[in-house]
Order: sequence, then C-alpha cells, then structure tokens
Amino acid sequence: MTTFKHLLALIASSLIAGCSTPQDTAINDPYERTNREAHAFNKAVDKVALKPIAQEYANIMPDPLEKGISNFATNLSYPADMVNYLLQGNLGEAMYSGNAFILNTVFGLGGLFDVASANGARPRGTDFGETMARWGATEGPYVELLLLGPSTQRDAVGKIVDFALDPIGPLLGANERQAVQSASIGAGLSSRAQYNDMIEGVYNSADSYAQARLYYLQNRRYTLGIKETQSDDPFEELYGEK
Amino acid sequence: MAKSNITRRAILGAMAATSFCIAPVLAASNKQAEELVIQLVGEINAIIASGKSESAMIREFERVFTRYADVSTIARYAMGTDSRRASDAQLSRYTKEFSGYMARKYGKQFRKFVGGKIEVNGSKPVKKYYEISTTAKLNGEAPFEVLFLVSEGSGELLFFNMFIEGINLLLSERTEIGALLDKNRGNIDNMIADLAKAG
Repeated sequence: MTTFKHLLALIASSLIAGCSTPQDTAINDPYERTNREAHAFNKAVDKVALKPIAQEYANIMPDPLEKGISNFATNLSYPADMVNYLLQGNLGEAMYSGNAFILNTVFGLGGLFDVASANGARPRGTDFGETMARWGATEGPYVELLLLGPSTQRDAVGKIVDFALDPIGPLLGANERQAVQSASIGAGLSSRAQYNDMIEGVYNSADSYAQARLYYLQNRRYTLGIKETQSDDPFEELYGEK
Repeated sequence: MAKSNITRRAILGAMAATSFCIAPVLAASNKQAEELVIQLVGEINAIIASGKSESAMIREFERVFTRYADVSTIARYAMGTDSRRASDAQLSRYTKEFSGYMARKYGKQFRKFVGGKIEVNGSKPVKKYYEISTTAKLNGEAPFEVLFLVSEGSGELLFFNMFIEGINLLLSERTEIGALLDKNRGNIDNMIADLAKAG
C-alpha cells in the first residue's frame, strides 16, 4: 500500500511539474552527465551481451517459431493497452486493442498467430507515459535509464505504472507466468536482431548519446502528436528569407 | 484627411506584403513534387532489387542522392553555423565527402527494404516547399510514415529533408557533423577527413 501511495505522489508531482513548464520541443537534459554514464553502460551491455545473444537467438530459432513468440508477447500487451486507452478516454482505440486480443487469443492459438494484423487490424501500442501526457503532464527532463534506455521523467514514471499495471498477471499460474516472461524476453531479443542496422547506426555515430536522445525525443513526440516548433526550412536559415 | 490616407496606404501596403508572404512562391506543382518522390523511391527499389554487391549498391545510392537531393543545402545545414567560417574549397570538399557518407550510412539501412514498398499518400504545400506523405510497408513490420520535403529553393525541384516517424534527417545529421567537429576541436579539415571514413 505504501508503494502505491508513493507511486501516486510521484505521478501527482510529475503532473504538477507538467503544469509549471510549458510544452516545449527543445531538448531538456539537465542530467546529461549521469545520463551519459548510463548510456556508456547500456552500450557496453549491448555489445557484450544483448547483441550477441540476440543474434544467436535469431539464428537458432526457426523463423515461424520466433515470429510466434513475438506475436504471443505482443498480444499479451493488448489488455494493458486497452486499460491505458480507457484512461486516456480513447474508447475507439481501447475497443480496437481489446478486439485484437480476443481475435488473436481465440483464433490465433492463444496469440501465436497475429490474426488481427492479417486482417488489417493492428492496434497501435500505448503506455502509461502516454496516458499521463494526455492528462496534461509534460515530458520533463530527458533521462537514459540503466538497461531500459532512453526515456523522459514522465515516461520513466509511466514505465513503473505499466510494470504494476498487469491486467492478466493475476489470472496466470506460476508456470504460465514464466512462459509469458520468457516470451517477452524472446520478443525483445527478436527486435534487437531485427533493428540491428538502425541500432548499430546510432551506436557507431560520432556521439551516440546525442543521437539516441534525438531519435527518442523526436519519435516519442511524434507518437504523442506534439508538433515540433523548430524551423524545418533550411533555406530560411541558410540563405535568409527571400 | 491626409493622415487617414497614409494609414490606408500603410494598411494596403501591409496587406499586399502579407498576401505576398502567405501565398507561397511555388512554380512547380504538388504533382511534380510527388512525381519526384515516386521516381526517387523507384530508383532506390531498383537498386535494391538489382542484387549487386553492397559497395556497388552504395555507389548507386550516391548517384541517386546527388541527382534527387539538394546535397549542398543538406550538407551546409548539417554543418550549422560553422559553415560560415569554412572556405569555399573546404565547403566543396566537405559536400563531396558528405554525399559519400550519406550513401554509405543510409545504404546499409536499405537492406530492410527488400520486398517492401513505399506508397505515396498525398502532398501539400507548406511555406515554400512541399510535404509528401508516404507509408513504408516493410516485411514483418507495422507500416510507418515517411515524410519527404521537396523544394525549389536551389532553383531545381529537389528533396532536402525527410522525417521517418517524426525523426528529422537534417537535425540528426547536424548532430552528427557537430559531434565530429567537437571531436576535432572545431578543425574543419580534420572533420572532413573523419567524414570520409564515417557511415
């Protein structure tokens, strides 16, 4: 119960922080020094463990099985998505996520087959960070989390809630829970292998920390529908208003 | 009365100026801008489908990049304010290395495009350029949006920026070139030498 209270306090404080600062599209990174340390750590872990294991996993696993495991893990995220969409007041997306979960679970052998996507109904994922954004919380400072990677203050709080918000966990037995955990690890390894070229591109850049920060913030704001206010016309900047 | 006359003239002048600013000076049409993106995507798909070696493909990508992109504008923007202190000779060497770097860097990413396609959804004029919205449909992945920005600012209709799910190519390259300059303590020649090896 006390953890729950702490969590509420944390959410409330980030909402209040959100009210005091205007919505901005600049980079807000007061913790850059510690963030850079976390980045160096994450990069090292990726190099010695995550990347080689992911490649090994993708090589060993037969493709249909690998796909099935990823589908299974994605399908299990739909109930939490549905709850978040309901909290966001987005009834349409909530129903969409709920329908996909039922469709895949019933007709896709418990979620191993993505029947919903095959029929053109692939719901967009969401999280509690987005829910807080819809409630008016601004993103707060940029943070790079150990092992979890780029985030913002708001999205980090969101991750904690998402971890606690587990609508199907209580319905599962110990063995099933372990299977679910293994599937989500498998799905994570698959995506690491799948996006290898892009991730390597970021890691090999001259300042991979700054590049990862830019990618994360821009993509996150795009997902949340926040328009960049920065000028996107290089002609204006380089040659002046003609 | 004279006073009100001036006021009226000022207002008319201001209105004329405003309407001049609002109406974008676009000689080309939406369709032409869309056509450019369709051709560009077509050329990239053809290179990927050719099955040539990676180094041969990257040479082809560089040819396509210099043909369809406003390379000098993209390169200058990526260097930021430092481009103002660069000599003409440095700028031209830098621009040349920059196109090779872009072809190597993004050419490697195009491997994911095999068997995929990019569909043009439509276009609209924004300020003095066109925004062409496309959807990338790659194998085993949820479709995502790629925006191409096309302008005649150079005198020719060329693409000068793109947003892949919100990620701004120009800003990303400005971050990269800025980091290379920092690494070389602002020395432009050394930055160019590093750029020749990057990507």
